[in-house]
Amino acid sequence: MNRQGEPTKEAWGSRLGVILAVTGSAVGLGNFLRFPGLAARYEGGAFMVPYFIALLLLGLPIAWVEWSMGRYGGAHGYNSSPAIFRLIWRNRAAPYFGVLSMIIPVVIYMYYVYIEGWCLAYALRYLCGRMDFGAEPTAYERFFHQFVGWTGDGEALHTSGEGLLGSAVFFLIACFVLNFILIYRGLSKGIEWFCSWAMPALIVCALLVAVRVLTLGTPDPSKPEQNVLNGLGYMWNPTTSNISFCEALCNPEMWLAAAGQIFFSLSVGFGIIITYASYLGKNDDIALSSLTAAAGNEFCEVALGGLITVPAAFVFLGLSFVQDPPGTFGLGFVALPNVFNQMVFGRVVGFLFFFLLFLAAITSSLSMLQPAIALLEEGLGLKRKASVAFLGFITAIGSTFVVYFSKDLKVLDTFDFWVGTFAIYLLATFQVLLYGWVLGVERGWEELNRGAEIRIPHWVKYIIKYVSPVYLLTIFGFWFQQQFLQGPTKPGELTRLQQIQESSVVRFALGFIGVVALLFALLIAQSVKRWNKAERDRKEAAT
Amino acid sequence: MTLGGWVVMCLSVGGVTALLIWCFYKVFTTPGAAERIHSQADIETPDVREEE
Repeated sequence: MNRQGEPTKEAWGSRLGVILAVTGSAVGLGNFLRFPGLAARYEGGAFMVPYFIALLLLGLPIAWVEWSMGRYGGAHGYNSSPAIFRLIWRNRAAPYFGVLSMIIPVVIYMYYVYIEGWCLAYALRYLCGRMDFGAEPTAYERFFHQFVGWTGDGEALHTSGEGLLGSAVFFLIACFVLNFILIYRGLSKGIEWFCSWAMPALIVCALLVAVRVLTLGTPDPSKPEQNVLNGLGYMWNPTTSNISFCEALCNPEMWLAAAGQIFFSLSVGFGIIITYASYLGKNDDIALSSLTAAAGNEFCEVALGGLITVPAAFVFLGLSFVQDPPGTFGLGFVALPNVFNQMVFGRVVGFLFFFLLFLAAITSSLSMLQPAIALLEEGLGLKRKASVAFLGFITAIGSTFVVYFSKDLKVLDTFDFWVGTFAIYLLATFQVLLYGWVLGVERGWEELNRGAEIRIPHWVKYIIKYVSPVYLLTIFGFWFQQQFLQGPTKPGELTRLQQIQESSVVRFALGFIGVVALLFALLIAQSVKRWNKAERDRKEAAT
Repeated sequence: MTLGGWVVMCLSVGGVTALLIWCFYKVFTTPGAAERIHSQADIETPDVREEE
């Protein structure tokens, strides 16, 4: 600062660094791959209504809730969610809600690292000139299906004569090992610093791709309806040719998925923020920090992801493909190579885009195991390296299931819905109730505003206490009613409960999630004994 | 692309861009903000330091 209190050149540099770090840490696979996949599945424009409502009534308020509860727990010497829940709510059941905050990041890690591998594979294939499948758009779809083993279980294990560059398993192993080396050796911070500069490059790259998509026109004159305006229309029009706007809005699963996407991309309801916030100082800002991270995330997701992937998929592959994309994450891996194929220096842009996306994914996956590491250290007294090795074993088993049961990416989809949407939803509901009704909204508000760089409007307090819980529980009620009474909204689709009844792979995946949950419940039970003993010892020492 | 589509797109893209610009403005103009603002990226977990 100079004498007049104006920021100096050096201060501007550090502020820019902060902005790059905060917004960079928010970017991940959810923005460019998961969001477009969901928007396409739920008819684009109609999806944006529950999406923005969820951002305003759930995402931002619950992000503040998590940061506040985490810092509150840290001030009392706790870092893991089960311990923080137990601190806030003196009930024997409280720490066991922490099972959710353990299984969510750990199970998501099992498939997230696999998709990270796809990004790395695509980047290296572009680098080696192995992504040129010509002008036929469906060739990219065929390659993706072959690469991930879409047609049958175990198919992803075959490379079809392409060597390591055609092996999804090889890239999974490479990413898995890389992640564990970085976590095991505690090198995450160096990578995060590197990525805070790489992420703006990803945004510039995405802007270039967006410009190319918006100038595509009608690439195939024999299919005039597949033009960029119709592609944008599919993404943004409130009504579509198939169903009316009101009919689309009457789908409770869309509201659940929209809230789930907000939670997924903001990392809210994961149990990650609460652990990281516990390491903050008591006068650090959490209000503007979380808002800036959310704003960076939303810009990448809506302004870039929303203008690129769905319109490009529509233009090259048509309406039927967009309405039934190859899994939530698969849309981008089929649509984007078509765009790069139509770009000047498309090979270079393709490499840069997928490589930078891989780096964005790495920054996210490196933080996913920290909540469980914190529990193992705090509750069981394990060292960091032992904790990482233990988690490495569990996640390796889970990732093996994801890659082996590759037909229709069934296990990945099951994990992504039941953990990446449903469990996150449950944890977010529990946390907002805990903050508003147990910790007390006044106490929580004081925690949130200490050191805050912005003044959060007073009415947000009432949103957190009343509106968010009612909103979450109402959607949940309607979703249950749809699952049990109404059936699917689209003909030929199965409800989630019907999928469980029909598919042994889905039941197997859910059984695996149950086993992981049971394991963490046992670990939490052991940790509670340790925390109780420590508290008794402290009391005895005091008397 | 209908008129409704243009409206939804402009509001959505414009809204998130405006929010991002406002956040940047606050970070650049609030004295001391750079020292007290954090992300997961710059929070070093104490267990890493202990093992070093």
